Amino acid sequence: MLDWPLLSLLIWIPIAAAFGVAALGVRAPKLVRPVALIVALISFVLSLVLYAGFDVTTSAMQFQEKTVWIGAFDVNYHLGIDGLSLPLILLTTLIGVLIIVAGWRIENQPHLYLAAFLVLQGLMVGVFSALDALLFYVFFEAMLVPMFLIIGIWGGPNRIYATIKFFLFTFFGSVFMLIALIWMYLQSGTFAILELHDFPIALSAQIWIFLAFLIAFAVKVPMWPVHTWLPDAHVEAPTGGSVVLAAVMLKIGGYGLVRFSLPITPDAAAALDWLVIGLSLVAIAYIGFVALAQSDMKKLIAYSSISHMGFVTLGLFLAFAIARNTGETTGAGLGITGAMVQMISHGFISGAMFLAVGVLYDRMHSREIGAYGGVANTMPWFAMFAVLFFMANSGLPGTSGFVGEFMVILAAFHANFWFAFVAGTTLILGAAYSLWLVKRVFYGEVANEGVGKLKDLGRREWLVLTVLAVLVIGVGVWPYPLIEMMEASVTNLVEHIMQSKVE
Amino acid sequence: MNIETVILLIPLLPLIGCLIAGLFRHRVGRAGAHWVTIGAVAGSFLLSAYVAWEVFFNGLPVLDYSVYTWAVADGIRFEIGFLIDSLTALMMVVVTFVSLMVHVYTIGYMAEDDSYQRFFAYLNLFTFAMLMLVMANNFLQLFFGWEAVGLVSYLLIGFWFRKDSATKANLKAFLVNRIGDFGFLLGIAAVLMYFGSLHYAEVFGQVGEVEGTTIAIFGATEWSLMTFICICLFIGAMGKSAQVPLHVWLPDSMEGPTPISALIHAATMVTAGIFMVARLSPIFESSEVALSFILVIGAVTALFMGLVGIVQHDIKRVVAYSTLSQLGYMTVALGASAYAAAIFHLMTHAFFKALLFLAAGSVIIALHHKQDMREMGGLSKYLPITAATAWIGSLALIGFPFFSGFYSKDLIIEAVKLADRPGVAFATFAVYAGVVVTALYSFRMLYLAFHGPTRMDEETRSIAHESPLVVTVPLILLAIPSVLIGYFTVEPLLFGGALSDAITVRAANDVVLALADKFDGPFAFALHGFVTPVFWLAMLGVAIATYVYLLNPSLAERIRARAMPLWTVLDRKYWFDELYQKVLTGAGLKVADGLSRGGDRTVIDGWLVNGSARLVGRMSGALRQLQSGFLYHYAFVMVVALVALVASFVLLK
Repeated sequence: MLDWPLLSLLIWIPIAAAFGVAALGVRAPKLVRPVALIVALISFVLSLVLYAGFDVTTSAMQFQEKTVWIGAFDVNYHLGIDGLSLPLILLTTLIGVLIIVAGWRIENQPHLYLAAFLVLQGLMVGVFSALDALLFYVFFEAMLVPMFLIIGIWGGPNRIYATIKFFLFTFFGSVFMLIALIWMYLQSGTFAILELHDFPIALSAQIWIFLAFLIAFAVKVPMWPVHTWLPDAHVEAPTGGSVVLAAVMLKIGGYGLVRFSLPITPDAAAALDWLVIGLSLVAIAYIGFVALAQSDMKKLIAYSSISHMGFVTLGLFLAFAIARNTGETTGAGLGITGAMVQMISHGFISGAMFLAVGVLYDRMHSREIGAYGGVANTMPWFAMFAVLFFMANSGLPGTSGFVGEFMVILAAFHANFWFAFVAGTTLILGAAYSLWLVKRVFYGEVANEGVGKLKDLGRREWLVLTVLAVLVIGVGVWPYPLIEMMEASVTNLVEHIMQSKVE
Repeated sequence: MNIETVILLIPLLPLIGCLIAGLFRHRVGRAGAHWVTIGAVAGSFLLSAYVAWEVFFNGLPVLDYSVYTWAVADGIRFEIGFLIDSLTALMMVVVTFVSLMVHVYTIGYMAEDDSYQRFFAYLNLFTFAMLMLVMANNFLQLFFGWEAVGLVSYLLIGFWFRKDSATKANLKAFLVNRIGDFGFLLGIAAVLMYFGSLHYAEVFGQVGEVEGTTIAIFGATEWSLMTFICICLFIGAMGKSAQVPLHVWLPDSMEGPTPISALIHAATMVTAGIFMVARLSPIFESSEVALSFILVIGAVTALFMGLVGIVQHDIKRVVAYSTLSQLGYMTVALGASAYAAAIFHLMTHAFFKALLFLAAGSVIIALHHKQDMREMGGLSKYLPITAATAWIGSLALIGFPFFSGFYSKDLIIEAVKLADRPGVAFATFAVYAGVVVTALYSFRMLYLAFHGPTRMDEETRSIAHESPLVVTVPLILLAIPSVLIGYFTVEPLLFGGALSDAITVRAANDVVLALADKFDGPFAFALHGFVTPVFWLAMLGVAIATYVYLLNPSLAERIRARAMPLWTVLDRKYWFDELYQKVLTGAGLKVADGLSRGGDRTVIDGWLVNGSARLVGRMSGALRQLQSGFLYHYAFVMVVALVALVASFVLLK
């Protein structure tokens, strides 16, 4: 099986199946959900094959596929993965299955809903495996369309504002990336990402390219101050949309930084790391406070996402400050590893939290914290899951939420005491907004009749939350396999970015 | 079974018990849950006792090994592993023994609770977490256990989650602890950076080389690295072991059911900070400044928290403030480099304080959840066993000679006197004054609850009766070590070098060694105890309590009226809660609200995002005016422009 074009299959099976599912909707509506689920499961199994065949000892690209796409411009359909992309692909296919199970009850045109998610999943795998910059760009932009539809059709009352904001923000950012890619193509004559990694560029040009990439990816992450589309998008998105947005799409920003910004423009990254670090620290502390003030559960989790993604961007850019401070690179890899782990972990935890809000929303049709109170009385098992996930969100050791933050804070200390200090405030702020929400929603006497009538988790909800709970605890207790997957690539990346590309 | 399997089973048994009782709570039922969890803890206790036997009597060498590799990142190995030496063995036995007693007691205490199984599951989970903490051989696992016990403490304080006061208290406890953990984590980060490892042994081995390092934090001022690390780590201890000013969560934690007040908030978890400093003694020994800091913080806690205990009416809160004060004593001992004395007091305190809490709990069950001592009095007639054991616990607490608390407290006081570092004078005063205070609040509690005229109403009096055997047997089993454990262990633990494989003290600081010369056996030491000032200070406290609260009850009210300002200071607990809740939390929420409304909604979204959208809209609106669709408008513009163009060519030429 390992000689199959696994990456292509992972991209195109769901996309092709999506058309089938959409067509089925008219003729055999009953088959829509099972077929979509089977397709998602096949993708997931294929990604596990990928994992099984993955060689963790090398940082080289594996499972490569390459054919000419647009010969005139030397654009290739070139795919491949290393330790930085594989975990994200596994996350994508897993979340794909969970979303379909969780959205079993969608009644408004379920065939189109599921088709949109399948298309989105294929495109996201494409983003994580593209080794040609133009191919990456196409997947990156194409992804906006299904997400636009998901929020715009199945979203809440204010969905039009949210979709347009979401679309304009991301589109605005990515235009700059396109300009940078074209400029580099004109200089180097290639769109191949790996060749661009080694292509020397003068510092001044690097700075422009770096900034262009930064705008594109900062919007996606999102970093402060280009984050305000996220809370709106989350609030209006249906549960599945929020889950995929938080769990996977935000990671594309972090992935872009690690695949493009750092290796292509290392000198500019070294010169401007203060900017990224500064914005990350603002995200962690400032957004931590903002999250505290939210009264809408989805907004609170959205802000919490921004704050946690601050650890990703912080961890990725610590290397240069560490080298300046200590004269060696010990700790740099720790920061990048921490950032990567944080992305995966945040995928589990934010996904789980949005699913948990979905469980409540399905029953009570409200996202307001104030509409609840004493849910633990009527839904004790659900409360157990919720406490676990919100504890994980506040970085409790033994859960995945701890691993990445711990590593990033340890690495930040190597760079500067104050980086670690500000990042460490998440220990207090993260716990404050997470557990205060738990207190207000789950604890106390039954607040109203609606809460009094709540039924505890159904079988599908049990399944989805259990899978995520096992992963959250599993990664927290034994992150070794996850980190092992990325270690060679991280080491290679650190070595690469420490070499100047200025000639 | 080889020894490593035995050791692994010790924390695993309660973890498995927790999973069974928690996840299959309906399947196993109430009795099933308590049998499974008690069986697990009993197993843990027996195995711990076996390991302790091997360590103390059969010369089992120090074991330090990895169980599994948690992660390897950037060449740094993060391991989960165990360090089994005398200190660990002692802690394991104390933890599992007290835990076992509390488990049994819980059968009686929680008999009528709907969430019986959940409670037992939490108790097992706590035992697991605490064991992981004390058995750790590295900082990562220490931090894991540290936060995991915090989690269980959170869950148990809020066990009765319908009560608003309980869920306020658990949130407060978790957040205050997180402030401590914030410091703790920075300390760990500094250790990793400068020692390149989180493994205790590797870190301890390098203290000599790293000691001279300085770091700049504020501007160019250089700080001693070791002082920085020690203070950061100690901030963690201040949170967990409730030292001023991070003590505010402990009294509120009394909202939880009494068994956990005994287990978590008296005997074990709150002593984790003390244990941590003792465990890391090789590091702490390298900073005189940090030790002075610890000494002063401990002294403040020991004296001032004890004082608050005098004015409490809630029987559990008296014991809670007493716990704060005793933790202060242990901290003072740490600050005086008398780590062994601190651990010794930790052990004796675990027994007698768990006893006092469980006795208070027994009173509370008997009175159907009344905790106010103003509605008690004369209970010794109704609850003879509880009263007797409470007397034993109190005598141990005030340090009456021959009782376990006598040995540990007296040695702390002697050690502090011998110490030589800034703050010792104040600490000496505080520990002496604390003796009077301890005796005063302890006997006040005894008299108000168990003696004098009863103030119970008719209904309560008719139901008050001695608690069932599952409650009284643990009381008795805890009363035995409360009396005897000091007598039998003082010599080996402090002067026989039983802890010397775990605790490092520099020769110049070794006050415990200096005490050894004066010590000639536990019997003579206790006899001598009757003629020391400490004893007479305690008797002074007892005398005041007897006169004011037993012989002359109306006097208390008069004193209070006369000393109103002082009483208010104590009653308001020095306004710490007001400061934190109104000022700090209030300010935090204001900042949150300000940033959310002002920063995100007004500036970023209002001005920048929607503002630029509006700007585009307005500009396009203006441009739209040009495209009126009337042909003569366009023709007019064309003619005018043409004229202007031609004119410009002509004129400029």
